[in-house]
Amino acid sequence: MLLRYRGSEGMLAWAFHRISGVAIWLFVVLHVVDIYLVGGDPKAYDTILKIYASLPGRVMETLLGAALLYHALNGLRIIAMDFWPALTVYHRQLWYASWVLFVAVGLPGAFLILKPAFGL
Amino acid sequence: MSLYTRSGRPRPQGSGLELAIWYLMRLSGVALFVLALAHFSIMHFLFDPANQTAEWIASQRWNSLLWRSFDWLLLMAVLFHSFMGVRTVVGDYVKGGNRTVAMSALYLVALALFAIGTIVVMNLPVPGKA
Repeated sequence: MLLRYRGSEGMLAWAFHRISGVAIWLFVVLHVVDIYLVGGDPKAYDTILKIYASLPGRVMETLLGAALLYHALNGLRIIAMDFWPALTVYHRQLWYASWVLFVAVGLPGAFLILKPAFGL
Repeated sequence: MSLYTRSGRPRPQGSGLELAIWYLMRLSGVALFVLALAHFSIMHFLFDPANQTAEWIASQRWNSLLWRSFDWLLLMAVLFHSFMGVRTVVGDYVKGGNRTVAMSALYLVALALFAIGTIVVMNLPVPGKA
């Protein structure tokens, strides 16, 4: 049985994986440079930190966390199907299961990241 | 192998460099599931970014060999996984001479981040320690 792209869950899972992956890569480039400044120019680092800790910064961190969590869960799904091909029959169910975990972990996580911006 | 979805890259045929990268993407992916999610949880759920000043990183966060090793392993895994991932994306969308230019730029940036990341995590002095 060959499961091909038919514009359904498999294609969305692939597109989200690619988009979240490129987004995380962009942040990694930024993050290694900003951490280098901890040694190279601590004052500049502390200035950048104020942006990270602001409300727009926290919204971006929440989106980063969402990209990371989706990419991690869907990545495990891909690895599981690569090494246990029989699971591929359930690729759709596995994708929905990863979204259940995404919401269950992501909502409390988003609250923890955003709450200091609202004085909580 | 005829049973696969296109969610992931199909396993390359043969036994060359591409197959090695395919396996290493999955190995680094599992490592990052632990390392990256732990790092994100520690820095955003246990601590708050507002308090993570340069002084705090030097004196608290990177006060032990354990956390410096953890962060360096994370750096190695994430640099390999993210740059090899973007390499696949570039290979899909960029053709011909532009691909050579894009790939070269990619490897140069990866090398630069490997260097500056390793330098700061290994050399940043802990205040009060020799």
